[in-house]
Amino acid sequence: MPEVQIKDFIMNFGPQHPAAHGVLRLVLEMDGEVVDRADPHIGLLHRGTEKLIEYKTYLQAVPYFDRLDYVAPMCQEHAFALAVEKLLGLEAPPRAQYIRVLFAEITRLLNHLLNIATFGMDVGAITPFLWAFEQRELLMEFYERVSGARMHAAYFRPGGVHQDLPAGLTDDIHGFCERFPKVIDDIEVLLTENRIFKQRTVDIGGATAEEAIDWGFTGPMLRAAGVPWDLRKAQPYDVYEDMDFDIPVGKNGDCYDRYLVRIEEMRQSVKIIKQCLEKLPPGPIKVNDRKIAPPPRSEMKQSMEALIHHFKLYTEGYRVPAGETYTAVEAPKGEFGVYLVSDGGNMPYRCKIRGPSFAFLQATDFLARGHMLADVAAIIGAMDIVFGEIDR
Amino acid sequence: MRARDMTEALQDLADYVRAALPEDVRAAEVKLGELIVTVRRETIVKALTFLRDDTNCRFKMLVDICGVDYPERDERFEVVYNLLSLTHNQRIRIKVTTDETTPVPSVTGVFSAAGWAEREAWDLYGILFSDHPDLRRILTDYGFEGHPLRKDFPLTGYVEVRYDDEQKRVVYEPVKLTQEFRTFDFLSPWEGIQEVLPGDEKAEDDEKAEDDA
Repeated sequence: MPEVQIKDFIMNFGPQHPAAHGVLRLVLEMDGEVVDRADPHIGLLHRGTEKLIEYKTYLQAVPYFDRLDYVAPMCQEHAFALAVEKLLGLEAPPRAQYIRVLFAEITRLLNHLLNIATFGMDVGAITPFLWAFEQRELLMEFYERVSGARMHAAYFRPGGVHQDLPAGLTDDIHGFCERFPKVIDDIEVLLTENRIFKQRTVDIGGATAEEAIDWGFTGPMLRAAGVPWDLRKAQPYDVYEDMDFDIPVGKNGDCYDRYLVRIEEMRQSVKIIKQCLEKLPPGPIKVNDRKIAPPPRSEMKQSMEALIHHFKLYTEGYRVPAGETYTAVEAPKGEFGVYLVSDGGNMPYRCKIRGPSFAFLQATDFLARGHMLADVAAIIGAMDIVFGEIDR
Repeated sequence: MRARDMTEALQDLADYVRAALPEDVRAAEVKLGELIVTVRRETIVKALTFLRDDTNCRFKMLVDICGVDYPERDERFEVVYNLLSLTHNQRIRIKVTTDETTPVPSVTGVFSAAGWAEREAWDLYGILFSDHPDLRRILTDYGFEGHPLRKDFPLTGYVEVRYDDEQKRVVYEPVKLTQEFRTFDFLSPWEGIQEVLPGDEKAEDDEKAEDDA
């Protein structure tokens, strides 16, 4: 057979590609079927969130956080609420903290269900996708019952949460927790030992612990590389300190380990949710400071003072003392941080949003180089990226 | 108690860094339980390399780089580096200042994660980084002009984009607002007074006297 000269060529992956998980334009320099260089072009979903937040009061900024990583909305509100609370120097009451942890873990389930399902689909398995989305729908129902919205909840606010849990919700969440581990088992039956799934993911897109830290990986991407680092344990916020749960870590740092870490994290999340439901104390769900949190509706009908406070809070907002903080939470994807600078006014002077996916996608070139074109889909799928928070 | 321990540990770290890099550190302080170190712009690479490799620091992870714009200052931009030490479970914030024309040495050689973060600071603020291997725009559109997160860049921007059916392509036009851009100054003068009102100190003295009695 005569030797065939293969020319290097450049191809576009996306911006409209189902495996790109959004609007990613990936420029791939190919040597035949092997990736020579990957250059992600991002910003196609750039909405100027940080600029907009500089023109909004602190309360008006909350809904922007839902729209960053739109598969894990509440965890991002959590980071912003904690940052503002730190500058204000106040702490949410215990019940609010428990509700926040409860819903942060529900959010983790939402995120991991979506990621495992779409990751499975990227490498050829469609059934887990259908099963996981059924469960996501149930979880979003909890979202809706507590905040009125399936996704963009605007529920965690500086000073607590917006409203108390409606009657019967805790029982239903408990019922869900009883049934849900069975679903994880079912998904595992289809994927974990599946020959095709393992062929597509084991030893693909690996990073050692050193490399993962150097590239700024956090969350499951870092833990899959064998680094037991989780902000919920290392720098606990709200009531994570009182929760009993384990941090799963991987060994090889490849796409398969990332999947395994997420599966185990879902089991641990269920454990945390159950503990929250058991320990949930009675009491107020936002700080009792009328200069920060609005008065209850009933009080406004009676008291002029309450009405004035309500009006001032929803027009002027509250002032946050001058200062700056970097506050981070363990979002499902990794460390989600808010660098908030206040000049003492009612609007943030600067609000830099640090999303975990930004660091992951940056490493695409490093992870995908030398792999086949088909592996790029697996690598991106296992990264768990969402463009809302990369492009902001 | 724990918070106080953390603050003390950070204070120790601040003293340590100041002692190790006496020429380069301009200021180091612990505020709200977070350590902020301002270093000279020219030595940022040296400072970050030290913080990464020194056994008492081990800030191996670059979490983020971002710019902040203070137009009223001589050097209007602050470049903020947030670092995390997994070994010691500590965070540190390094700051340098610069203006529109003076480049900051790139730290891509120290942390791989710095590449995109510096591109972002260039794109949104127009902060220049010297020796950056690939300083292109990252978040804004291809061919975008200006640096949108500067305080003097209007919220609405300058151009808007639409698909032109006659030319069969996307066209850029100066932004036209159907109603005037509205910003309301809600700030009430009554709550803004921070200074102690004349005479207030007497009331505090009275309270103290009562407490003592």
